[in-house]
Amino acid sequence: MSKALTKIDRKDAKMVMAHLYVAFVSLAIGGLCGLLQVLVRSGKVQLPAGISYYQILTVHGVILALVLTTFFIIGFQFAAISRTAGTLSNGIRKTGWAGFWTMLIGTVLAATMILLNEASVLYTFYAPLQAHFLFYLGLTLVVVGSWISCAGMVAAYVKWRKANPGKPGPLLTFMSVVNAVLWFIATLGVAATVLFQLLPWSMGLVDRVNVAVSRTLFWYFGHPLVYFWLLPAYMCWYVIIPKVIGGKMFSDTMARLAFILFLIFSIPVGFHHQLVEPGIDPAWKFIQVILTFMVAIPSLMTAFAMFATFELYGRSQGAKGLFGWVKKLPWNDARFTVPFIGMLAFIPGGIGGLINASHQLNAVVHNTIWVTGHFHLTIATTVILTYFGVAYWLVPHLTGRVLTKKMNRLAIIQGVTWAVGMTFMSGAMHAEGLLGGPRRSAFSTYGDAPQALEWIPYQIAQAVGGAILFLSIILCLIIFINLAFFAPKGEEEFPVSEASEHAAQPSPVFENWKLWVGITAALILFAYTIPFIDMIQNAPPGAKGFKLW
Amino acid sequence: MHKYEKIWLVFGIGALIFFLSVIGVSAFYLGNQPPSCLATIDPDKVDQTAPFNEPGLKKVEGKDWDYELVYVAQAFSYTPNEVEIPKGAKVKFIVTTKDVIHGFEVAGTNVNMMVEPGYISEKVATFDKPGEYLVLCNEYCGAGHHMMYSKIKVVENQ
Repeated sequence: MSKALTKIDRKDAKMVMAHLYVAFVSLAIGGLCGLLQVLVRSGKVQLPAGISYYQILTVHGVILALVLTTFFIIGFQFAAISRTAGTLSNGIRKTGWAGFWTMLIGTVLAATMILLNEASVLYTFYAPLQAHFLFYLGLTLVVVGSWISCAGMVAAYVKWRKANPGKPGPLLTFMSVVNAVLWFIATLGVAATVLFQLLPWSMGLVDRVNVAVSRTLFWYFGHPLVYFWLLPAYMCWYVIIPKVIGGKMFSDTMARLAFILFLIFSIPVGFHHQLVEPGIDPAWKFIQVILTFMVAIPSLMTAFAMFATFELYGRSQGAKGLFGWVKKLPWNDARFTVPFIGMLAFIPGGIGGLINASHQLNAVVHNTIWVTGHFHLTIATTVILTYFGVAYWLVPHLTGRVLTKKMNRLAIIQGVTWAVGMTFMSGAMHAEGLLGGPRRSAFSTYGDAPQALEWIPYQIAQAVGGAILFLSIILCLIIFINLAFFAPKGEEEFPVSEASEHAAQPSPVFENWKLWVGITAALILFAYTIPFIDMIQNAPPGAKGFKLW
Repeated sequence: MHKYEKIWLVFGIGALIFFLSVIGVSAFYLGNQPPSCLATIDPDKVDQTAPFNEPGLKKVEGKDWDYELVYVAQAFSYTPNEVEIPKGAKVKFIVTTKDVIHGFEVAGTNVNMMVEPGYISEKVATFDKPGEYLVLCNEYCGAGHHMMYSKIKVVENQ
């Protein structure tokens, strides 16, 4: 074993870092908006200068859910491919830069429209609320840019396969390609509604829009979107965390199987976001509910693999008893502890997800702030803490610096404060939601309705939690800036674990893309064709656009 | 596959099948489906179209429910904005919108549905507990979204 660390090529590193700068600037802006929201909703604070709650809410959703995630994921996946499939070719690196600039221009365009208050339509932009056409155009450019980058990732993988015939693709590269393919298929829906419905309509070329079709296309995209966020976190859990703790990956084959299952089952499930809406036959809703539950299976596999890895490592270090291995884990290493907090949050997060998707049970929580509490556990804890845990070694690796002991300690404090803040905020959101408190709403007592007055203490608890989370974001930004510009020069490892020598080679069937994409397409057609035709054949007169903010 | 992994997945998938069976039986045998009305309406002619030309509570005979309660949603109010329902009444809510998408949630009950232009949303509920219920919009509809509400008073029979 050579001791020299495998380093990512400097030019690749520069391209990846460009993505991470945008991601962390987004974190700063989006986090500040989040703080303002919880303060407004506590009823104690009003926004200055006539800024609307809903404008801030639109910024928060767009910049965190769409911009931060997409930039981070594309940067991280390019890094993973460069690390495991070899330095990117000049052509692929240029493709990465082209994708980056396209996305950035799109982001600036959409952000400008939101700041001018021409697009306070939230990140779901449901028609017939009608934003300025430049907002939709900006979002289109973000998606097109991400397509360019994902095409670059696929090209890098194809190149590696040609150079290494008969060998299974490196695991991190394989996983990145699964996520890129998932993204291509998922974004077809949002691209269709924006290009064929919302753009022509907002430009005044057509008067009316079919609302049900637009929502269905959005949610065809909206659920796999959350798996596009989650899979890079799973890449870290499966491949990076075992190396960080000094153990071995549990099973390369099961990891690949889990990713293929995510590809297949994450798309034909969008109706579980539309369970309480008119115009869709409840039997078709139930079919998609079944498919939604299928997507829990690869997460169950992942949970097993993680804890098996931890236990095997602990026992190899001499741990005794049923839970003795817990003590052997490297709790003082932020690269492990911060993502681990994210893993724990996925237990209530996943359970909440099954509740939300449970057909008629959805009516209890639909559009209540319970849902906001749910996805602040999944995306805003599980996924984002894993991203932070990755950034804490990836940024110094890319900038030729090291994560110092001091920064490591600060990073652990960051993770713990996040857990504390989120327990307050998400816990209070879940509780208020069960009492009926709505999501996406500014402070209101609804004419001093007794029920609404009961919600206010929970909103104050959310403000407390949100303020702690904002402090945690500041810590995260301090660490990021330190690692990018000020930390001592040196070599930080890009940890990649290998499968144990005894493990069988993964079957070549996992890289039979025609098979998996074919099954995915077949399931999508099964789940959507008939209800979609119904929606078009039985469509009411379309809706005119409204600008009500 | 590891033996423990098999046990774990059999248990996990078994639990998922159990959950699906419970909600499936509830939906298809007991009839507890989510609101999924398939009727449509011209969103520009809501005021001229029955039953939305006369919003409010109506007693009905010979149906599975005692009353029909018709609402018209528009930014940022519901018509009617206050209704009294006798305790124990089985009420069918019939709702549509004249402009953008709204929510229709009767807080503290399972009446919670999307209201979309061109569509009619329906849900049957029984009110056994007297008191004041808040009806509110839980889908963002514009600047006054959080001011959009109505009230239902469930009163003891005289």
